[in-house]
Amino acid sequence: MTMLRKFEQLTTRLPLVILAMLLGSAAMYLASTGQAVLAGHDLTSAGLIGGALLLYGGVIMLVSSLGSELALSVALILPSIVAVLIFVYAFIAWSVRVSLSNWKGLLPDYTWNGLNNYIELFSDRRFQIDIRNTFVFTSLFLIASLVIGLTLAILLDQRLRGESIFRGIFLFPMAVSFIVTGVIWGWLMNPATGSRITGINLIFKSLGLDFLISLWHSSPPPWGMAFTVIPAVWQLSGFTMALYLGGLRSISDDLREAARVDGASEFQIYRYIIMPMLSPVTLSAVIILGHMSLKIFDLIVALGHQDLRLDVPGIYMWRTSFDANNFGQGAAIGILMLLSVAILVVPYLIYSMKSEAEV
Amino acid sequence: MTRRRSLDPIFYVLLIAAAIVYLLPIYMLLITSFKSFAEVDLKTMWNLPSNGLHIDNFREAYKHLAPSLKNSLVMVIPEALLSSLLGSVNGYILAKWKFPGSNWIFTVILFGMFIPYQSILLPLVKFMQFIHLYGGIPGLVLVHIIYGIPITTLIFRNYYAGISTEILEAGKIDGAGLIGLYRYILLPLSAPSFAVVIIWQFTQAWNEFLFAVILTNQSSWPVTVALNNLAGSQLVAWNVQMAASLLAALPTLLVYIFLGRFFLRGLMAGALKG
Repeated sequence: MTMLRKFEQLTTRLPLVILAMLLGSAAMYLASTGQAVLAGHDLTSAGLIGGALLLYGGVIMLVSSLGSELALSVALILPSIVAVLIFVYAFIAWSVRVSLSNWKGLLPDYTWNGLNNYIELFSDRRFQIDIRNTFVFTSLFLIASLVIGLTLAILLDQRLRGESIFRGIFLFPMAVSFIVTGVIWGWLMNPATGSRITGINLIFKSLGLDFLISLWHSSPPPWGMAFTVIPAVWQLSGFTMALYLGGLRSISDDLREAARVDGASEFQIYRYIIMPMLSPVTLSAVIILGHMSLKIFDLIVALGHQDLRLDVPGIYMWRTSFDANNFGQGAAIGILMLLSVAILVVPYLIYSMKSEAEV
Repeated sequence: MTRRRSLDPIFYVLLIAAAIVYLLPIYMLLITSFKSFAEVDLKTMWNLPSNGLHIDNFREAYKHLAPSLKNSLVMVIPEALLSSLLGSVNGYILAKWKFPGSNWIFTVILFGMFIPYQSILLPLVKFMQFIHLYGGIPGLVLVHIIYGIPITTLIFRNYYAGISTEILEAGKIDGAGLIGLYRYILLPLSAPSFAVVIIWQFTQAWNEFLFAVILTNQSSWPVTVALNNLAGSQLVAWNVQMAASLLAALPTLLVYIFLGRFFLRGLMAGALKG
């Protein structure tokens, strides 16, 4: 009975399915062969996307009338999988290929160049500065964000009044873009001295804290890079705080109570009971903040204004590819950035998947 | 709670000191953007505006940023809506219709969230040129939707995983299929995570810079690119730059102020297990 109904459904829908798939394919074909200009409007992209949607609509209709829910579930998620396979994995492979080529200039040139782009990068003074800067930035940023985030979380965990106001204040910089943060902090960390003193230096001066007056991110390398960490910490330590606070709140009060009964001081409770239980939170925070700082880009663009002493791989990649058309080298930088992030993230992703499968 | 409260004053002092530091940049932003040009002086940077509030800074800043603010808005709205729909379907399948290998596929998708986009930038540009979507807002919308798939899928998958399978079983007995269960049972329950994802994608795309600067041309610049160029030029007065920063940050700040708890949940979802 149901088989018969399915069959009838299929036969009535079949012409529609075929029409949709044919139209979709035709639209995509016409668009990609460049015959899609109508009244002066370029319809290529509309033809491609509309055609793909039609084709996909046909597939979904076909699969849903076949009655297999497994097939339908795969068909529904397929576009996302295909999109990620193309835009993430195929593009990475393509970048790897470009990085092994001699492509310098506007026209694609896939002449095999082996690992030369990589070898040249490691003896390139600018890239050496980039590596040092990334190292300085990532290590200081991680330490500062974790320490400040944890401290704020412990303070907020004391169930004081006004907790939600403080939490809101520490978190709001997260809503602002790195560009805005960079523009604002560029003014705050103004390095001018003497009669032109301003920004935070001016506050230090009027408080009599002259010894704190600094050249900020204009300090000689590598200290200048260290100061770019300040805006990043301002923006993201609230995130670490929220992670730790979530972790602290998931530790039951009974546990702390039991420790108090046993005579543990508040400090001992944090040191020996709570801190060890927070290590998964620390791991998450290191992964998230670590991968963000390895690919730090826009903050430095807005703060550094092309100051080469504050250069990072992300900026070098942008400049060498899109200003100097040195695409082979640009791709190599991109792939090296990817490797540095992958070393951090891939084990964590696989671990997350495995531990979830066990539950 | 038997904890002694004698330390509370110290905690308050520390928290208030930290709050002042966190608010200092915003204080500077606000006072400077309301000052007249005559008042903008290095010496009095931290003083409140002394001769009234000058909103003409905002008029001037808006003159510079108006096209790019409009571009950002036109980009972000379809991007956030479509992203959330796609994420919702993906999350539903990966949480409730697990097929062989679906956990692997989920992990493979998730990795896309972490990659530095410099590693795919050149192929992306070539591809966008090939499909004639390079240099404009529609292309940027597509790119943000696609690179948003990992996070939107993650948020919806975790949300749907928390909804009991029994409701779905009941629906199945009543004869609903895969699409019926989604349409009539899960979708009506999904409002909170739609809010989380829409707000998250809105904020991300609004604040994003790399794709924005590479994939658009001057007439389709989103606001982050326009602001960066404005701040880089020596021709625009400092108070106007601050007013422009405030304008660029305002939409996401307002979202944060009024819908902060949804924003926070998106943030936490990004930490996978947090």
